[in-house]
Amino acid sequence: MRATIWGCRGTLASPGPETVRYGGQTSCIAIDSDEDSLLILDAGTGIRPLGMSLDGRRPKRVDLLITHLHTDHIEGLRFFGPFWDPDVEFRIWGPPAPTKNLEQRLAPFFSPPFFPVHMRNVPSRPTFREVPEEPWTIGSMTVSASLVKHPGPAVGYRLEDGGHALAYLPDHEPGLGTDLTAVTDRWISGLGIARNADLLIHDGQYTLGEYHERVGWGHSSTPDAVTFAERAHAGRLVLFHHDPLHSDDDLEAILSEAERLATSITVELGHEGRVFEL
Amino acid sequence: MADDSDQRDLILILARDLTSRLATAAFVVDADGTLAYFNEAAEPVLGASYAETGELPAGGWASEWDPRNLDGTPVPLEALPLGIAFREGRPAHMPLCIRGGDGMDRTIEVTAFPLCARADQILGAIAIFWERPSGS
Repeated sequence: MRATIWGCRGTLASPGPETVRYGGQTSCIAIDSDEDSLLILDAGTGIRPLGMSLDGRRPKRVDLLITHLHTDHIEGLRFFGPFWDPDVEFRIWGPPAPTKNLEQRLAPFFSPPFFPVHMRNVPSRPTFREVPEEPWTIGSMTVSASLVKHPGPAVGYRLEDGGHALAYLPDHEPGLGTDLTAVTDRWISGLGIARNADLLIHDGQYTLGEYHERVGWGHSSTPDAVTFAERAHAGRLVLFHHDPLHSDDDLEAILSEAERLATSITVELGHEGRVFEL
Repeated sequence: MADDSDQRDLILILARDLTSRLATAAFVVDADGTLAYFNEAAEPVLGASYAETGELPAGGWASEWDPRNLDGTPVPLEALPLGIAFREGRPAHMPLCIRGGDGMDRTIEVTAFPLCARADQILGAIAIFWERPSGS
């Protein structure tokens, strides 16, 4: 499995001289599977350069796994080349919700006055699938999803292929209402899909001081991200969903703190262009 | 959704998080009716602590506190407010007599409601309850 980060900023795209090392594009990761298909995690603004990188290559099928429908995870889709290709089979997966289905919840974002084109007129004629309760397969990949702590319906994903596992929980606040050091594994949000993952890409938006001012906003402090990763026995933790107010220097200070806290895992900062081979 | 039968559903995790912070006695069961959690406020009413009881199967907790109607007749699991909530997916209320883990008989009011992530999917239920003032 080969995973490439195309966007790892949280909340709001934040280009500028202070974010050039880690990047300002919002959440998007491409998973290489085979020549004819693309598997993508989230459609933040990072999906636009992903589409441009295809350089004329036309996938037959795109599977887009959306963790949730907050703007920073869907805003790039409208500017993703294959979305406008009538020959592409475009499948959008996302979390179930108590009332409206995935298409009903996404469609307003693709309709006037927010956008000139209605979703029903998108040339690829995307189909919408709410993630099933049981693992399913996409190409050679086994995919699992689990609802996780974040405002509104939101899932984390686990991808397994060739004996390796990648877990992706970009927006996650497992420490909300829970002392992560005091409860058993089964009571920790998201732990089931993160357990023993070779690579855990996880929310690390806030410093501990910031988190105290933002409890319930749906994101993790540095200590909670590290504790969660260690409880999950992940091989490597990639801090993701960087706060838009954090400069590159701020992020490196967060990494230093995470490395100080970590006792059994390797930690790094997600950055645009980072490629993981599993 | 994940391939991990041991992982509690998020709705139950949130229910536990919420009730653990309430001063109202509360009792959480999963979709099978297994006692998943009760909070500290419930301990003096039930005469036991969650640390002592841990998780109990539906038949276990339903008999643990010997629930009876006010006339003293036993109330089976399916007729208890929690039984109705997690089996039938609707809220229910009932006054009950129970015998606490400390051996004390108490009269309580119980209101239970189902936990549904979707209309067709019952993930468990919560009961809130309180002791009736003596003489009422």
